[in-house]
Amino acid sequence: MTGSTKNTNYLLGSSIGRKFLMGLTGLFLVTFLLVHCFINAMVFFDGTGALFNEYAHFMGTNIIIRIMEIGLFAGLLAHIIDGLWLWKLNKDARPENYAYSQPNANSKWYSRSMGLLGTLLLIFLILHLVHFWVPSRITGLAESAVPGVHDLYAEMFTVFANPIIVAIYVLAQFSLGFHLLHGFQSAFQSLGLNHTKYNALIKTVGIGYSILIPFIFALMPIVIYLRH
Amino acid sequence: MKFNLKVWRQKNANTAGKLVDYTIDQINEDMSFLEMVDVLNDNLVRKGEDPIAFDHDCREGICGMCSMYISGRAHGPQHGATTCQLYMRKFKDGDTIYVEPWRARAFPIVKDLVVDRGAFDRIIAAGGFVSANTGQAQDANNLPVNKDDAEKAMDAAACIGCGACVAACKNASAMLFVSAKVSHLALLPQGEPERNRRALAMVAQMDAEGFGNCTNTGACEAECPKEIKLVNIARLNREYANAAFASETQI
Repeated sequence: MTGSTKNTNYLLGSSIGRKFLMGLTGLFLVTFLLVHCFINAMVFFDGTGALFNEYAHFMGTNIIIRIMEIGLFAGLLAHIIDGLWLWKLNKDARPENYAYSQPNANSKWYSRSMGLLGTLLLIFLILHLVHFWVPSRITGLAESAVPGVHDLYAEMFTVFANPIIVAIYVLAQFSLGFHLLHGFQSAFQSLGLNHTKYNALIKTVGIGYSILIPFIFALMPIVIYLRH
Repeated sequence: MKFNLKVWRQKNANTAGKLVDYTIDQINEDMSFLEMVDVLNDNLVRKGEDPIAFDHDCREGICGMCSMYISGRAHGPQHGATTCQLYMRKFKDGDTIYVEPWRARAFPIVKDLVVDRGAFDRIIAAGGFVSANTGQAQDANNLPVNKDDAEKAMDAAACIGCGACVAACKNASAMLFVSAKVSHLALLPQGEPERNRRALAMVAQMDAEGFGNCTNTGACEAECPKEIKLVNIARLNREYANAAFASETQI
């Protein structure tokens, strides 16, 4: 074995390494979504928004959470850049396409559309950050009934007064659902965690997660819109 | 049976190709797809035209030569079969059938439907072998191998290197091929001493050849004529992770 290719960059310098990074950052973002969904679900339990504001205040002020937010942005950025890079490399791997192809005969459309779904999510995410992250972290929010606690709920109430915004948020959850439907299982496969003992569990949890989390997220703007 | 064919014709790697229409009649439904092309070529030769160049050899589904992308599928619509094992009864009388070569940067077109799959040979040459001279075949039970592992290794070794996985993959990734070759040796004691080096070297060669990155769509598994499973790709990922991050092996 006299491989002349001297390559010690095993993570970014190899196709499998780039997939490891994709899977790891993907699973990291999956855990973030779970926390995000749990905190935001507080809007369902308190129509005044006080409970949600209290949780949001903890997330916005706790030092550990603040440090983790930097990691979250780093992970998200790595996932996006790696994803775009893979998309480009993979496009280049087939310079001339088939004149006639039947890809639905061998794979699911969403598994082949991760780049497109991810791009839709990125566009949504920018809108979402402008709606909530920018006012809560940079431009500032009004104080709620509790002194020192921002009224993030009031911001939600204002944003989701517009039915078009509500529709965009709900549609974005379909992108998220299909992205997760492939991504969740794919991350385990990329990390080599495909095993007869755990495959059924990974599959079930993946499908459940991909339906439940986007469903709960989609419910939020609808419920708040209906409270007007 | 009668068919309308749209076949990719390309003089050589440096000229642009195009789909050319042919009609063919009086085809027996029990002919293989290759025999149908033989008849078409016979007609072309009689008319003084250049016959369609295509790869073929054993015509019994074990050599992996007959690379054709038929009706939008690698080796056509028959599951678990090569082109030579695809019979015309699988099509309807009067069907329009597209026939194209494998399309991947790493598989340059030689002529018409013939592509150069030398990239696969170079991946094997990078590490898909056992270096030790083993002499004559030993008695069957001299080297105990778990029955389960022997079965898995045998399933992986069934890969005929046809390239249908690359052709079917939207990324033109060769992961199913490489994973089958790595798995078949990694599961056996003979492959053990070189397993780290093998995984690193074969993956490095795969990347150098310009194949795409696996995105786990499963198209390769669905189109593989030897039904090589995706679990092999997961095993390759594990082998690679072990070799790259846990072992001291360098290539």
